[in-house]
Amino acid sequence: MIKFFLMVNKQGQTRLSKYYEHVDINKRTLLETEVIKSCLSRSNEQCSFIEYKDFKLIYRQYAALFIVVGVNDTENEMAIYEFIHNFVEVLDEYFSRVEPIDELPKICSALEPQQACFSPDSSFKGAASTTPIY
Amino acid sequence: MPAPIRLRELIRTIRTARTQAEEREMIQKECAAIRSSFREEDNTYRCRNVAKLLYMHMLGYPAHFGQLECLKLIASQKFTDKRIGYLGAMLLLDERQDVHLLMTNCIKNDLNHSTQFVQGLALCTLGCMGSSEMCRDLAGEVEKLLKTSNSYLRKKAALCAVHVIRKVPELMEMFLPATKNLLNEKNHGVLHTSVVLLTEMCERSPDMLAHFRKLVPQLVRILKNLIMSGYSPEHDVSGISDPFLQVRILRLLRILGRNDDDSSEAMNDILAQVATNTETSKNVGNAILYETVLTIMDIKSESGLRVLAINILGRFLLNNDKNIRYVALTSLLKTVQTDHNAVQRHRSTIVDCLKDLDVSIKRYAPSKRWHIDTIMRVLTTAGSYVRDDAVPNLIQLITNSVEMHAYTVQRLYKAILGDYSQQPLVQVAAWCIGEYGDLLVSGQCEEEEPIQVTEDEVLDILESVLISNMSTSVTRGYALTAIMKLSTRFTCTVNRIKKVVSIYGSSIDVELQQRAVEYNALFKKYDHMRSALLERMPVMEKVTTNGPTEIVQTNGETEPAPLETKPPPSGPQPTSQANDLLDLLGGNDITPVIPTAPTSKPSSAGGELLDLLGDINLTGAPAAAPAPASVPQISQPPFLLDGLSSQPLFNDIAAGIPSITAYSKNGLKIEFTFERSNTNPSVTVITIQASNSTELDMTDFVFQAAVPKTFQLQLLSPSSSIVPAFNTGTITQVIKVLNPQKQQLRMRIKLTYNHKGSAMQDLAEVNNFPPQSWQ
Repeated sequence: MIKFFLMVNKQGQTRLSKYYEHVDINKRTLLETEVIKSCLSRSNEQCSFIEYKDFKLIYRQYAALFIVVGVNDTENEMAIYEFIHNFVEVLDEYFSRVEPIDELPKICSALEPQQACFSPDSSFKGAASTTPIY
Repeated sequence: MPAPIRLRELIRTIRTARTQAEEREMIQKECAAIRSSFREEDNTYRCRNVAKLLYMHMLGYPAHFGQLECLKLIASQKFTDKRIGYLGAMLLLDERQDVHLLMTNCIKNDLNHSTQFVQGLALCTLGCMGSSEMCRDLAGEVEKLLKTSNSYLRKKAALCAVHVIRKVPELMEMFLPATKNLLNEKNHGVLHTSVVLLTEMCERSPDMLAHFRKLVPQLVRILKNLIMSGYSPEHDVSGISDPFLQVRILRLLRILGRNDDDSSEAMNDILAQVATNTETSKNVGNAILYETVLTIMDIKSESGLRVLAINILGRFLLNNDKNIRYVALTSLLKTVQTDHNAVQRHRSTIVDCLKDLDVSIKRYAPSKRWHIDTIMRVLTTAGSYVRDDAVPNLIQLITNSVEMHAYTVQRLYKAILGDYSQQPLVQVAAWCIGEYGDLLVSGQCEEEEPIQVTEDEVLDILESVLISNMSTSVTRGYALTAIMKLSTRFTCTVNRIKKVVSIYGSSIDVELQQRAVEYNALFKKYDHMRSALLERMPVMEKVTTNGPTEIVQTNGETEPAPLETKPPPSGPQPTSQANDLLDLLGGNDITPVIPTAPTSKPSSAGGELLDLLGDINLTGAPAAAPAPASVPQISQPPFLLDGLSSQPLFNDIAAGIPSITAYSKNGLKIEFTFERSNTNPSVTVITIQASNSTELDMTDFVFQAAVPKTFQLQLLSPSSSIVPAFNTGTITQVIKVLNPQKQQLRMRIKLTYNHKGSAMQDLAEVNNFPPQSWQ
C-alpha cells in the first residue's frame, strides 16, 4: 500500500506531496527532509529502494527532481518503480512539458483517487476527463 | 479590495524567496489576505483562495482555517468550486475534525448528481477520508454505483468500496452481489479496481476467500489474454500490455492459491507461461517476473515450476541492475527456507552480493536472530567462498548477542552433526561449542525445541572434526581449543578430554602439537588456574569490518576482567614474551630466538583472532598460543602477561642464582635478577629493577643494553618510564639473553632519563655476572 507520494527537488523543497495516511503537519516536513536526505546520499550505482523506518522508499530521479514513493512491504517494488515512470510520462504527455509548477492543482486532483491501492491508469483517465475545464 | 492573486503568481513569488524566513513572511502575508477575503464571504474568489491555501498547506504551513471554506465550496453549484472544495476536503479534513460530518449530506447529493464527474469527485472524497459513520450512511449509494454500466463510475466506486470495507468490515457482504460481474468488464480500469476490491475482501475474510476461489479460472483467462493479446496502445507500457494489471492479478492469484491444491493446479500453466514469455530486457518485464516468482513460491506449485522460479531469481542476481538484485535477494531469502537445494546453485552469486557495498543489499538484518540465521545459512551453503573475516565477525556477533547463545550453539551443533566439510561453519561451530558447551548440554533454549545432547556426543563431534581429512589445520586448532575449554564446562568427561589433548601432543602438525602440549601442561602443573583461564569470553567491543587486528586489540583489553586471579603485574609485558616462554617449556621445534613464524598467519587471521583463549593463557600459565603479530600496537596490554614475570613460572625452574647490582650512581640503582631454564640452558632471563633514592622522580627513563656478538639479546618493554623518588617503586624490565656458546656474559648498558629538570645520560658496563647465569 502506498503511504505517500512526494516530489522534492534537490535543495529539499517539496514540490508536491500527497499522503494517504494521516501524518501530522509538523511531522510531514520532518519526514520529507529525512527522506530527501537519504535519497540524496545515494550514489548512482546503488539501488532505488531504501528501507526507512518501517516502510520502503522507492525513488527515481529526474534531473533535479526526486520522486519518492513510500510503501509498506506488501507492494511489488519494481511495479512501483514502473509506476513512477508511468506517472511522469503521463504528466509529460498531458502537460506537454514536465514542469509541474503551474499545474499543481491539476496534479493534486490527478492523485486524488485512492492511489493507496493501485496504479495510475484509472486515476489518470479520471483526471484527464475532469480537468479540461480549468 | 483588489482581486487576490492567482495560484500561479503565488507559487512564482514563493519561489523567489531566498531564505526560509523570507518564504515564511510571504506566506504569512498571503494568509492574512486570504483570511480577510474569507471573512468578506467573497464567492467569486473563494476557489482561488482555497487553492492557494492548499498549496501553502502542502509546503507545511497550517491551513486549518480553510476547512469551512472547503465545505462552502462543495456546496456550490459550480464544478470548479466543487473540485477545489473536494480536494481541500481530502487534504485538510479527516475524521478528527468535527466539521467533516457536515459533508455527508453534500456527498450524498453529489453521489446522485447527473454529471458523472461530480459523482466521481464525491466517490473519490468518500474513498479518501470517509469516516466510519459516513461510510455506513453512504455504503448503499456506493453499492448502487458499483452496478452501473458507466465504467468511469464503476472503477471509482470499486475503490471507494475498498475504503468502506477497510473502515467498516461488516459491510463486506453488502458488496458481494455486485462483485459477480466485475470481472466481466472489458475496461482495464474497472478490471484493475475490481481485482483490488477482490484482493481486499479475500485478505480480510477467509469465507470470502473460499467463495472467490471459483474465480480462479476467470482470472487465469484474463491474464492469458493480457499476455497473448497483441499491441494495444491504450495499455502499453514499454511493450508489455498493462503490466500493473498483470501484477495485480498475479497477487490475487497468490492469495487464492495459497494452501489450496486445486487452485494452484489451475494456475500452474499460466504461471509457467508468464514466466517464460515475459520479456526481461526492460524493468517492466522484471517486475512481472518478480511477482510471478513470489506467487510460485507461495502457492502449492509443482517442483518444476519452483525450479523455474529459482532460476529466474538466479538470473536476476547476475543482472547488473541493482534494483533487480535487491529484489532477487529478498525473495531468495524467503525461499531458502523451503527450497534449500535449488538455491545452492546460486550460492556463489549470493555471496558475491554480500560483498556488495550497497547498504540496502547488504544490511538486511532486522534482528540478531535473523542475522545469525542468515549468516549460518550462507555458511552452510556457500561455505568455502565466504570472506575470511566472516568467521570472526560472526563470532563477535554471537558473543554480543548474549541471549542468543543457547539458540546459536544448538543450531550450530545440529548443522555440523551432519556435515563438517564447510570450514568456516565448522570453525564457528567449534568455537561456539567450546564456549557455550554447557548451555548445549543442559538443553535449555527458548527459541527452538531443546535437543538432548550429552557431553560425550559433543566430544564425539569435536573429535571427528579433529580426525577428519576435510578439516584444515586452522579448523583443527579451533576444535582442539574448544575441547580444552569444555574441560571446565563439562563435569563428567574431563578424563576423556585429557586423553584427547595428550594424544595430540605428538601430532605432526606443529600448531596442534604446540597447543596440545600447552594444554597438557595446563592440566598437569597449573590445574588450579585452568578454570579461571578457560572462563567465558566477555562481550567483545564492536568494531568496523576492517579486519581482525582491531578486534585483537580490544580483546586484549577486555580480557583482564575474568583474569583478576592473576597477581597484578610488576609491569605488563608484551606478548612476544610468550613466545620465549614457549621455548622455555620445551618440547617444541620452534627456534629459541623470537619465533615470528607462528604469528604470521594472515590467511587464518580468524584463527589467531579466535585464539583468544591463547591470549588469556598468556597471563599466567605457560600454555601460550602464538600471539598475533599485531599485538605490539597495544599500548598498555594490561594483565595480559601478568605473572609472566618472576613468579610461579620460573621459581621451580631457576634455582637461586644470586642477583647483582649492575649499576649504582647518582641515586639510581639497577639490580639484575636471573632465571634460567633447565630445558633450554642457552637462555638467561634477566629481570632488571631500577630504583631511585633521590627526592625527585626520574622521568622518561629508558634502559638500553648491548651484548657481544656471540650473544643475542631481546629487550622487552619496561613496566613504566618513571622511577619514583625515595625508593617508593621500581621500574621492571626483562632482558633475554641467548648464549649458545656459553661464553661469559658481558653487557653494556645505557641509561637516559630526566631528573631535576635536566636530561641525564650514562653508559656503563656490567661485568659482574655470576657464573651460574651463563655457564
